[in-house]
Formats: sequence, C-alpha cells, structure tokens
Amino acid sequence: METLWYIVVALMLATYVVLDGFDLGAGIICLIVSRTPAERKAVLHTIGPVWDGNEVWLLAAGGTLYFAFPLLYASSFSGFYLPLMMVLWLLMLRAIGIELRNHVPSPVWQGFFDVVFSLSSVLLAIFFGAALGNVIRGVPLAADGYFFEPLWTNWRVGAQNGILDWYTVLAGVVALVALTMHGTLYVIRKTEAPVSTRARRIALVVWPVLLVVTLLSLGATMYARPGVLDNYHAHPIGLLIPLAVAAALGMILHGSLSQKERLAFAGSTLYLAAMLVGAAFALYPNVLPASTDPAYRLTIYNTAAAHYGLTIGIIWWVLGMVLALGYFFFIYRMFRGKVKVEAEGEGY
Amino acid sequence: MDSALLVDRLHFAFTVTFHYLFPQLTMGLAPLIVVLKSLAIWKKDENYNAAARFWAKIFGINFVIGVVTGIPMEFQFGTNWSHFSRLAGGVIGQTLAMEGMFAFFLESAFLGLFLYGEKRLSQWAHWGTAVAVFLGSWLSGYFIIATDAWMQHPVGYSRAADGSFQLTSFWQLLLNPWAGWQYAHNMSGALVTGSFVMASIGAFYLLSRKHVEHGRMFVRVGVIAACIASIFQLFPTGDQQGRMVATHQPVTLAGMEALFQGQPGAPLVIIGQPNVQERKLDNPIILPKMLSFLTYRRWNANVQGLDQFPQQVWPENIPLLYYSYHIMVGLGTIFIAIMVISVLLLWRRKLYDARAMLWVLLLSLPFPYIANTAGWMTAEIGRQPWLIYGLMMTREGYSPRVSAGNGLFTLLGFMGMYTVLGILFLFLVRREIEQGPVWMAEKIEPMRRVAAAD
Repeated sequence: METLWYIVVALMLATYVVLDGFDLGAGIICLIVSRTPAERKAVLHTIGPVWDGNEVWLLAAGGTLYFAFPLLYASSFSGFYLPLMMVLWLLMLRAIGIELRNHVPSPVWQGFFDVVFSLSSVLLAIFFGAALGNVIRGVPLAADGYFFEPLWTNWRVGAQNGILDWYTVLAGVVALVALTMHGTLYVIRKTEAPVSTRARRIALVVWPVLLVVTLLSLGATMYARPGVLDNYHAHPIGLLIPLAVAAALGMILHGSLSQKERLAFAGSTLYLAAMLVGAAFALYPNVLPASTDPAYRLTIYNTAAAHYGLTIGIIWWVLGMVLALGYFFFIYRMFRGKVKVEAEGEGY
Repeated sequence: MDSALLVDRLHFAFTVTFHYLFPQLTMGLAPLIVVLKSLAIWKKDENYNAAARFWAKIFGINFVIGVVTGIPMEFQFGTNWSHFSRLAGGVIGQTLAMEGMFAFFLESAFLGLFLYGEKRLSQWAHWGTAVAVFLGSWLSGYFIIATDAWMQHPVGYSRAADGSFQLTSFWQLLLNPWAGWQYAHNMSGALVTGSFVMASIGAFYLLSRKHVEHGRMFVRVGVIAACIASIFQLFPTGDQQGRMVATHQPVTLAGMEALFQGQPGAPLVIIGQPNVQERKLDNPIILPKMLSFLTYRRWNANVQGLDQFPQQVWPENIPLLYYSYHIMVGLGTIFIAIMVISVLLLWRRKLYDARAMLWVLLLSLPFPYIANTAGWMTAEIGRQPWLIYGLMMTREGYSPRVSAGNGLFTLLGFMGMYTVLGILFLFLVRREIEQGPVWMAEKIEPMRRVAAAD
C-alpha cells in the first residue's frame, strides 16, 4: 500500500515536471528566441492556455503527498522552509508575469512582465533541481523526524549541509539545462519560422551541454551518496532506466538534426521522466535520507498515513485521475497545432 | 506566548485573510455569470452576453490573484504548522488532496476555454464551460469547508499511540454536519459579495451616466441576487450555524456574546464593550431574553456563560471575537435592509432614478468583504485555544524548527508581495470598469491566437 502511494506521488511529480517543465523551458528561452513583440507573444501563446492546468499537477501532487505521507510532508516542508517560500514567491511572479502582461497594451508594461516571467522561470528550474538534489543527498534529520537547513554552510556534502552545496547546485544546473532543452523542443513544435528556426539553433547548442551535465550528475551522485546504486544491484531490471536516459538523449539529437519535432520532444519527455524515475527507484523505500544518523531517515513506512485512509484514497484518486486526464485530453486537442505570429496590434 | 507561535499564527491569519478576499468574489460571481449566460440564451439578447463577457474579465483577473495567493495556503500547513500536519495529515490531507484532484483540475481546464473560447465554441458549449467553472469553484469551497469543519468539530477519526489522527470513516469526514451549514452560510456569503459588487458597479454606471443599459442590468440582477442571498445568510444558514456552535462549542458562543454569567433568559447584546478584567459588558444595549430564544427557541432557556467553563478553554481573545461577530451580524442585518428597500424600489420601477439609493449601493461595495472576513474571524478566533477542537491546542501545532525570525522574514515578504498584488488588481479592474462591457463584433479573434491574451 505504501509502495503504491509512493509510485503514485512519484508519477504525479514526474507528470508535473514533464508538463510544467516545457512551460518553464519556454519561459527560460522566451526572451532569446523572439525578436519582435509579436513573436514573443506567439511564444507565450504556446503555453498560455495550458500552463495553469499544468501547475495544478504540483498542487495535486503536494496534496496527495500530504494525505499519504503526513510526516514526510511536515518534515520536508518545514525543513526546506526558506527555499520553499522563495519557490512560492517565484510561482506568484511567474503567474502574474504571463497572466497580466496582455491586460495593458504598452511595450513598457509587457516588457517588464516578460522579464519577470522569464527570470522567475529560470530561478524556478534551478530551485526545483536543487530541491531534488537535497532529497537525494539527504538532510540533517534529528530523532524527532524534523530538520532545518540553512541556505548554505560550507558547500560540502557532509553532515552539516545547507540547501546549497556543490552537489545541489549541480542538480539545479542539470534541471535548468534539461528544462531549457524540453521547453525549446516544445517551442519548435508549436511555432513556425523564424521563431522555430532560432529555437532549433538553441536546441543544438543545448544538447551537448545536457549530455555533459547528465554524465557529471551521475558521477557526482555516486560520490555524494555511495549507496545510491544498491537498488540497481538488487534489482537489475532498474538498469533499463539509465538505458532509457541514453535512448532519450539519442532521440533528442536525432530528432533535432533531422527536424523530427515530435521525436525530439518525445525524447526530452522521456529524458525527464527517466531521470526522475531513476531517482525514485534509487531512493525507494527511503523518501528523505538522513545525513546525520542513517537511522533517522524517513521511509515510506514510517511516514505513511493509516491503511484505511490510504485504501479509501485509491478509490477517489482513480476517479479524480480519470476525470483530470479527460480534461487534459480535451484541452490539448482544442489547442493542438502551431501558433502563428501575428502582425503588431492584432489579437489583443 | 512563544514568539514563533505568534508569528506562525499571524502568518496564516494574514495570508488566508488576504487570499479569501478573492475566492469570495470568484465563488460569488461564478453563479451570476451562469445566470447572465442563461438569460442570454433564454431571451436571445446579446446584451446579456456582453455583460457576461465583462464580468468574465473581472472574474479572470480576480481568479489569477486568488490562485497565486491560494498556493501558499496549502504549503503553509507543512512549512509553518508541521506538527499539526504530521498528526492530522492522515485526515485533513484527504479533503485537501481531493480539492486538487476534483476542483483544481476542473477549474483550471475550463477557465481558459470559458474566458477565451467564446468564438470557437457553440453558445451552449460556452454556457457549459461557465457551469464547469462554477462547479469547480464551489467544489473547491466545499473541500476547504470540510477541512475547517473537521478542525471545528472532529468526526470519523481515531487516535494512534503516537498521537496522530487516523481516518476511520470517510463519509463522516465528508458529510460532517458542521460542514453542511458552514458551507451553506459561507457560499451565500460569497454570493452576497458577488451580487453587491455587481449592483455597486451597476450603480456606478447609472450615476456616472455611462453604459446605462448595462448599468440597469447589473443593478437589477445584483439587487435581486443580493436580496435572496442576504436573507438566506441570516435564515436559515446563519441561524443554524449559530445553533451548531451552541451545541458543540458552547464556550465559543458565550465568548461571541461576551456572556460572562450563564443565565436563564439570556439577553442579546446589540452594542457594548466586553470588559474581560471585570467580567462584564460596558455600556450594553440589550434585547432581553432574545439570546435564549434564538439559541433554544424558548424565552427562558438557560444559556451557558463563560463562568461555567474553566478559563483555559475560553477563547483567547474575547473582545476580538465579540467585535468580529457583532460586525458580521450588524452588517448582515444592514445588508438585508438595503436590499429589501432596493427590491421594493425596483418593483415599483423607481430604483434606476433613485440617486440616493444608487449612492448607497455604490458605497456598499467594501462591506460584504468586511462581513465575510469578520465571519471567518469569528469562526477561527472562536475555535481558539484549540487547533482541532477539544483535541489539540494551537500552541502544539506549529513547526518546531522554524524560528520566529525566519517566520517574520517570510511574513514581511508576503506583506510586500501582496501589497503589490493588491495594487495591480485594483489598477487592472479599474481599467476594465472604465472600458465597460464590449460587444462581440469588436476584436474577438479565433481562440488559438488570443488564448493567452486579454
């Protein structure tokens, strides 16, 4: 039962990263990929109708985490207090950046909100990566299941770690590069030349960087958490995951070079999903390793809610998920196809 | 009081109070927009569609601010109230997670279609998206009320050896009798806000002689809806909510009324200042025996006073509780008076020219917000010193590792951020009111292009 909910939460978070990942990625490149206000508007329109629904996956995953693993929710949210609050502020800035820009047809107003939107997208990508880095590396848990991390300490991955050290910064960079890749491939799919041509050039520059940081992060993870491969040794089927990552990188490269937009985007989707599933597979059954005494670690067993609640939750979760997938299928069908760049002044 | 506890309480109080300024309009306007869309189809009158489009714009701006200020609420259960979350998450996590699964997905999916899809959808399909947004926002409200209701009147749980609460009955949690009346009371409160805002902007148009046709429509629809909602707010919902408090939280009722001495034939206080030191009410104006009658339907029924409870379970801040409650009830009574007079004038076809009454409607705009806020303060201050009524004290629930300084830092951050949001909101809404309702022929493009626009 606990394992089932672990999978559910992990999948919901992965869905969030895949879906909102291209919103963030489009935000990261939106200032670079567009030259005219009309082009920028077109880039924003590629995510305009869907970004809000995509963000709901974060809230739904958070709510599910809360009800299935209350102690994990309580411990991690209070322990990561400062960075989480900053994430909240960034989420607010991103939302008002994209939603309020079109209310006033002034270049100063729109320019300002575009910068707010893009900058908050960049920082959110880094923060999410660093957060995942913290979970993999472990946090200074005490016997009561709580911890508090300062923003940084000595930048090393020892027992006195902060939110930021060399490892979590690297994780943030990986997330930034990966989401840039994902968002760029999304923009290529949803726009026409000249925006898509520029995006293609960005994709070809980002790909080697992504390859390098992916390899770096694998090595760094093995160094920072020596036991990280235990689950892979115990269950060799898990080795399919790194294979999937490699295949995904190949798909992105092949798709980008041969202009197969769908293949490339499928590749970056697979890349994000496989990286996250790989991390979840390595952590299981731990959900928050302790950098202090390994005995203090939080697992799915010592954080889960009681069985009755988890059982009843499956019923409404499946029902809710069927409905949600129905809406998403409908919305993405409504907004399928490419967004055209319009002449100035139209479309407001 | 431990200062981290104080900061965490202020943190939640500030962010939730500011947040709820927006959902109350969202939930109040959503059914009114459905009414306008239905009238447009029924009467085949394009004026109603233009009106619906105008309110959809206000709704859209309001919704954005509601969403961005709502996300911190879910986070704060973990960040600032981790010990509460750890112990109660197995129960209230259910309703909060269901809100995400059933309400947020529905709302977010159909809001975009509703706001920008009018041209692409048939008129019935567009009406359907308005209904979907209405259902989503009202469903969201129910899950939040069910969560709060469990904290006010816990049901369907058991307690494990480590002190954590476990769900034992899903349906008891979801169909908590407290939640039913609180929901009805809260939603009609939201409708009061929505309809007062509509009437107020209509009155503004009539008084400034702009968009007169729509001004009349807004006044007409707003006044009728506000009259129904204001009366429903007092009876049966407010009355039943009060009796729920009398049954399950008698000490809260005593605090709300500042009834220091329990007595048969207890009076209802209209005005007066609670004096906690001397255990009496200064300068009271009272209606004799009225409280007994309202609570128990008998003039000489005994109402328990604060003296019948140990002081450690008294609501901590009796003056604040008393004033919140009396402001809510006082404003609610005034709302009924305003709206009954307005409906009579409307019926006699005099309202559109009754400038004095239109001024009253215009200036009434902030008061539903104050009444709703005061109502929630009554509920939440009345629950103190308990976090989960009778089971867990508020001082046991906050995050043990988050220092007062960090909490204060983020509280100040939210204050700054919300000031900016508030200014942006007023600025953008003022522009929309200035522009007024727009006809379909103007600047409506195929949806894909304008999807993120407007």
